[in-house]
Amino acid sequence: MSSRGAHPRHPAPYRYTIVERLYLPLLSGLWVTLRHFVRNFFGRGKTYTINYPEERRLYSPRYRGHHILTTRPDGSLRCVACFLCAAACPAECIHIEAGEHPDLNIEKYPLLYNIDMLRCVFCGYCVDACPEEAIIMSNNHDMAYFNRGQSVVTKDELQKPYAYDESRLGYRPHYPEEQAQHAALRHGLVDLVEEARRQGADSASRTAS
Amino acid sequence: MPTTTAPLPLPERFPADSIQLREGLDQPTWIVRREILVDLARELTADPETGFDLLLDLCGVDYPDREERFEVVYHLASLRGGGRLRLKVPVPEDDPVLPSLIDVWKGADWFEREVYDMFGLHFEGHPNLRRILTHEAFQGHPLRKDYDPARRWILTEDKMYRPQPEPPMDAEDDMFERMTINIGPSHPAMHGTFRVVATLDGEIISASEVEIGYLHRCFEKMAETHTWQQVIPYTDRLNYCSSFINNVGYCRAVETLLNVEVPPRAVWARTILSEFSRVMDHCVCNGSSLVDSGALTNFWYLFQPREEIYGLLEACSGARLTVSYCRIGGLAADLPPDFEARCRALLETIPAFIDDVEKLIVSNRIWLDRAVGIAAIGGEEAVNWGWTGPCLRASGVDYDVRRDNPYDLYDTVDWDVPVFHGGDVHDRFRVRISEIRESLKIIRQLLDRGMPEGPFIVDDPHVALPPKEVAYNQMEAMIYHFKLIMDGIQVPPGEIYSAVEGANGELGFYVLSDGSGKPYRIKVRPPCFPIFSTFSRLINGGTISDAVVSLGGLNVIAGELER
Repeated sequence: MSSRGAHPRHPAPYRYTIVERLYLPLLSGLWVTLRHFVRNFFGRGKTYTINYPEERRLYSPRYRGHHILTTRPDGSLRCVACFLCAAACPAECIHIEAGEHPDLNIEKYPLLYNIDMLRCVFCGYCVDACPEEAIIMSNNHDMAYFNRGQSVVTKDELQKPYAYDESRLGYRPHYPEEQAQHAALRHGLVDLVEEARRQGADSASRTAS
Repeated sequence: MPTTTAPLPLPERFPADSIQLREGLDQPTWIVRREILVDLARELTADPETGFDLLLDLCGVDYPDREERFEVVYHLASLRGGGRLRLKVPVPEDDPVLPSLIDVWKGADWFEREVYDMFGLHFEGHPNLRRILTHEAFQGHPLRKDYDPARRWILTEDKMYRPQPEPPMDAEDDMFERMTINIGPSHPAMHGTFRVVATLDGEIISASEVEIGYLHRCFEKMAETHTWQQVIPYTDRLNYCSSFINNVGYCRAVETLLNVEVPPRAVWARTILSEFSRVMDHCVCNGSSLVDSGALTNFWYLFQPREEIYGLLEACSGARLTVSYCRIGGLAADLPPDFEARCRALLETIPAFIDDVEKLIVSNRIWLDRAVGIAAIGGEEAVNWGWTGPCLRASGVDYDVRRDNPYDLYDTVDWDVPVFHGGDVHDRFRVRISEIRESLKIIRQLLDRGMPEGPFIVDDPHVALPPKEVAYNQMEAMIYHFKLIMDGIQVPPGEIYSAVEGANGELGFYVLSDGSGKPYRIKVRPPCFPIFSTFSRLINGGTISDAVVSLGGLNVIAGELER
């Protein structure tokens, strides 16, 4: 580290230039706002706000949203109640009670699997910890509850709404192909919002028809 | 982090048994008897060239098994000489008193109150030794090891502390216009939840008192009950405007203790994303401080780059605000395939917004009249208060952790540290605008260098989870996977103070490990804690509307201030 001069004892405030005294730079500022106004007025500018919830932002396939419990082909939960997710959870929001599975190869299954969504910090540690790919995340982030009781979601609710909707998946261990697809889709980065708007318009026209 | 380069003043005039010298892992450590503490502090600050002018951090540690149960740890830095020093003062439980250093470093004020609050140690000579982070009805001291983290205390109205700042009486004060008002804790101008009680004489603030602690969640106690990996999501919530930098700061501290080498790809990505986070944080700070002074348009222009950067962070980590993207030893996941293209696109879009704001503000006399000379503080005083970061550089002190204690890739790129000399709101604004440009310069150079190939996390099953494919197919990897999650990383015993340049100053992590799977003590050195402790001094004598503008310029983040 170079040796420097003493710390200045007193502040030396900025001195106005003559142009600044005459308020002249205000004109260039007005030009900036005028430029933005004209551009936006004729629809050439890029507005960053979207009409949520009709339009939704596009999220990456890594988005850490509401959890999903995955199932085996026969429809039973993949979870073997090993408690690794509950141990890894920094917010201590996962509550599991294990039961004995009739199939000896599987040994255990969860009688209860509750996640308190108001405690959850959506860090994705449970997904990292799971040795069975039994818990993954979706890209659903709108969770609203009328009371605290509703925020504790059970294994039925965790498995229900998203199980078959591939486009709504989020953070999970394996996503190389989708990742490539999404990357191709999002190559023009600034068009994330545009894309959201387009998809919103699509779904609106679908519901209209 | 390089250890001290400057020769330390040898404490010869003190009795031989009052100071024991130790070589720390990161910096020299002196174990000091409390009787000589004040004299030693004066000695250490005496030399204007190499004196330890900056009190970085002051914290307590509880060792229930030791004869002298508590230890108060001071971290000192010499900005001009470049030295670093750690002082440790043992304090017995039955006589928990030690001298206050508030006369030597004014920044000790709130830090000592925090130690009093968290450990119950008394600082003799402190003028206002009250609880700071917990409330008045709180009983016990939460960071003592025998305090149960699940205890809750309810604050009732009758126990609430009511500040009554009394202005100094002078002959001209006719008491006619005097009025005491509350600004905050729930006030739009108080970003976060701060409370300022101000006694006004007309429109002039003649005395004020600052109350904090409304967002205190005892991060440090929670860290002691979790494994090392589990602390990372908690660090997101310190400075939530640039949470990635907090991740890096914490992970770097633990990696140094573990002696783990982070792969070059992760280091490269950490540097780039840290700089993007800094850009974002400065955009938020400048944007919201301009809103406070009535310049709303800039808020929109500055929040657009932030929105774009959130998109990048989300593509990497899966979350926009609380990214948790670092892991000890590297990153949580590999960079997305379009990472470079997205970064380049951001480098194209961001400067236009910054230029627009600069054209609107920097030479605009309406803003200048509002900001020049407001909440001004000289460099010497700012250092004495413990300031770091953009606010300090606006006061003319040329200190940046990225250059003076380089970490990651900062010593391999070419960039400047912007320094201004006004020490006021206007120069804090200008420092941040210039730093955004410097950050973009750093990112551009790193992108031109190309993304290093290789793994994104260290290949050590004692530190990082094995890849899922391996864990599914190999028994040994599966055992490591279970061990790491159930027991956590086993960090060897030791202590380290590791600092990164956060968006509002030096963000330090003082990490103590006792060899168990959990941190023994983690102390965050929050950059805005000492900055905000100066707030009364900055606003007294100014008008009430200036107080609002000066708070915006300081970039105080409640999540980090109160942890």
